[in-house]
Amino acid sequence: MYEFIAFYVFAISTTILFAITALSKNVLYAMTALAAGMVMISGFFFLLGADFLGVVQLIVYVGAVMALYAFAMMFFDATKDIKEKHENPTLVFLLGGLMALVFVVMFSAPIIGENIQALYPVGLAEGLGAYGNAQDVGLVLFTKYLVPFEVAALMLLVAMIAGIILAGKKMDYSLTECEASDEELEKEIKKEEA
Amino acid sequence: MEIGIGHYLILSGILFSIGFVGVLRRKNLLMLFFATEIMLNAVNVAFAAIGNYYGDLSGQMFAFFVIAVAASEVAVGLGLLIVLYKKYGSLDLDVISTMKG
Amino acid sequence: MESLVYIALFAPFVGSLFAGLFFARSPKTHLVGIVASGLLAVSFIASVTLAMHVASHGAVHVTMMEWISAGDLSIPFGFLVDEVSVTMMVVVTLVSTVVHIYSTGYMDHDKGYNRFFSYLSAFVFSMLILVMSDNFAGLFIGWEGVGVCSWLLIGFWYHKEDRPFEENPSISPSWAANEAFIMNRVADLGMLVGIFLIYWNIGSLQYDVVFAAMPNLADGILVAIAIALFIGAMGKSAQFPLHTWLTDAMEGPTPVSALIHAATMVTAGVFLVIRANPLFSLDAVHGVSMFIASLGAFVAFYAASMALSARDIKRIVALSTLSQLGYMFAAAGLGAYWIALFHLAAHAFFKALLFLGAGNVMHAMDDELDIFKMGGMKKVMRGSYIYMGIASFALAGLPIMAGFYSKDAIIETAFNDGSFIIWGILVITAGMTAFYSFRQVFFTFHGEERYKALGFHPHDMYKYVLVAMAPLAALAISFGWFMDDFKGFITKNLPEYEMSHHTHHWAWLLGLIVIVVAVTGIIIAYKKYAGKGGDAWKRDEEFEASFLYKLVENQYYVPKFYDEFIVQPYTIASKKFWAIDKAVVDGSVDLVARMFYRSGDVSRGMQTGSLSAYLNWMGIGALLLIVAAAITAFMG
Repeated sequence: MYEFIAFYVFAISTTILFAITALSKNVLYAMTALAAGMVMISGFFFLLGADFLGVVQLIVYVGAVMALYAFAMMFFDATKDIKEKHENPTLVFLLGGLMALVFVVMFSAPIIGENIQALYPVGLAEGLGAYGNAQDVGLVLFTKYLVPFEVAALMLLVAMIAGIILAGKKMDYSLTECEASDEELEKEIKKEEA
Repeated sequence: MEIGIGHYLILSGILFSIGFVGVLRRKNLLMLFFATEIMLNAVNVAFAAIGNYYGDLSGQMFAFFVIAVAASEVAVGLGLLIVLYKKYGSLDLDVISTMKG
Repeated sequence: MESLVYIALFAPFVGSLFAGLFFARSPKTHLVGIVASGLLAVSFIASVTLAMHVASHGAVHVTMMEWISAGDLSIPFGFLVDEVSVTMMVVVTLVSTVVHIYSTGYMDHDKGYNRFFSYLSAFVFSMLILVMSDNFAGLFIGWEGVGVCSWLLIGFWYHKEDRPFEENPSISPSWAANEAFIMNRVADLGMLVGIFLIYWNIGSLQYDVVFAAMPNLADGILVAIAIALFIGAMGKSAQFPLHTWLTDAMEGPTPVSALIHAATMVTAGVFLVIRANPLFSLDAVHGVSMFIASLGAFVAFYAASMALSARDIKRIVALSTLSQLGYMFAAAGLGAYWIALFHLAAHAFFKALLFLGAGNVMHAMDDELDIFKMGGMKKVMRGSYIYMGIASFALAGLPIMAGFYSKDAIIETAFNDGSFIIWGILVITAGMTAFYSFRQVFFTFHGEERYKALGFHPHDMYKYVLVAMAPLAALAISFGWFMDDFKGFITKNLPEYEMSHHTHHWAWLLGLIVIVVAVTGIIIAYKKYAGKGGDAWKRDEEFEASFLYKLVENQYYVPKFYDEFIVQPYTIASKKFWAIDKAVVDGSVDLVARMFYRSGDVSRGMQTGSLSAYLNWMGIGALLLIVAAAITAFMG
């Protein structure tokens, strides 16, 4: 019963919020709606018993990613509306509508559900579940999915470096390693501050 | 009524379509990224739901990795966005496109 | 022995390659003529040696290599040297050698000297393949080869422009060459049909296999094969109605006419009939054979009638060739194959001599052909006069000379067979032959010296050329004496044809009739044309305007008929088809190309450079994939 209500509350709110993100003309509204939508998504994760995932969603997505977007938004004058030239809106909505229709039809057919079987079920079948979701996730993550985990870590490192390089100014000129004299250095620093 | 996997999947599909419409519609690059995030989140829901209903923790694992990838994608993407803005002075797609085909 | 066969066959080919590969672009090189003639002499000696071998040991059969071997069809490159083919080989190589040597003198001032020898030797090579092959396919290769070489040689002076029909009935060398080739091609269709029928019913094209299986075939098939093969022979040997090319072929150089259109190519048709005598002598095919004989007799008369009024010296000789071919076919049709072969050989000698002599006269008169413009040349051209006289005597069938024995044998055959109509036609034609050949001799060499008034300064040909023509003259005189030896030699292969006792009884009378007719012809010609001074011949304008004269002079209007009813409509149809071809065939091919080009152009519009457009396309693609996935999921 509770599950029922919770699911529909989350579902409806998520849908509306994401719709605002996709269709709004105001950047601020869009971004806020996105953040809120993501919080609702984490609600789904909690409903599904994926506690760890829900928490990760909140921390990483809502906390870090949305913060990044917020910084990016500094490029805009948030009070003005974004003017977008929309050629062919019918095509866009048609495609979207068709896609939604296809998904609904596809997923509501009971046939699909019956034929799916888990190839390598990890979880309750293996005697897990006694310790709660976080422990289960940890067990699986560091045994079965260790290599992807490490690779993901490396990828994050690369992304960080890439982000710094892309956004940094005068990255090729190092103040500590250049061979200028002290006076010139002072001038450089003053120039930068100005 | 029981919330079956169908419900979650249909929800995921609808959210995905909303994100899809957003991607096609948005002319501002930043807003485009927002719509992409929507799609990613919808997919995450689907993964977690399937993982839950078939007793397989792999669904959640996949959702983790999607989150990790999305995060790094945002980092790099926004970096590029900054460079683009510095070059063209605007983030509108129609202004940025210089290829003529 | 095999090496002799290959030497005889390939020596002319080597000569042709030598001239064609190395000297094609060079100016006139004497070496080419000498080498080509030398190689042909080698071939001749090899042929004679083979003849002697065949006479004592029988036929030589060699297989050089497999040519086609596909499923049931097996056609080798095989060569059969038996009595018939060795006779042809000796005749061909002898006449070719003399003609080659003659050409070194005749074509002395021609720019295409090297090219000429290349073509001429190639022709001899093709003819030898035709004669020596042991299956119908090889025969056909040689058949086509001589057709092509004949085209090349008739059109040797291809740069001569077209003249209107009234001025020159042969229009131009290239036109005449085309006419010859196309007519031959039309007949070759019949030949091919015959060969196909043979293969279809018998399964092999080898002579021995085919002739052994012939009696077992149905009558209808045999008649069809015989008719089809004879159509092929009709084209090559210029029988009516495919005869107009022979007179027009005189546009080529005279040695070409001597070799091809007197001695070799035109006899290929007769050779075919002789070679296929097991077929033509069957009872089922009797009707076809009678038709061949009748057609031969008709052509003999027809050609002789046209020669009565011809003015062109080479045309007269060409028409006489046509006439004699008719004789040969008459003999072959009546079953006297060895007599036909004998006449073929004898005719080759004296006709080649006649042509070469005419060539001398032409060369002396700066290529002037009209006999009305000549006269009394025996003073300046002694050698040629003697040669042409000998040849004309032989042609007229006077005693001692070769023609007497061979022509008489044919006329006797007609009598023996009971076909008195054919006999009558042949006798009358003999008289006409004597008349027109001596008309030509008297016009050219006797009577008033008309050429002087027109400013010509004739002189005879080089001495060595005249010497080279001597063997032909010797054979023209003496070949008939060897008739019995020849008969004994050749009937080992060909069926014997003996005159019945009844005919033997009357043989002396028949011979006498022919002699009387011939001499009468000569006397009439002498009276009319050989006079001098007061007796001199004058042009009779009234007579020339009469209907009969006009009919014969225009070759019974057959060329005009062909031109109006066959050539013109065909040209118009061709033009229409060409227009259709351009519109439909080219159009459809172009349409396909344009379609691809256009679709490429249109698809290029997809690359706009704007991200949202790309995203749209991506979205459409994603949707399609998802739909496809859904469908497969539902199906499976």
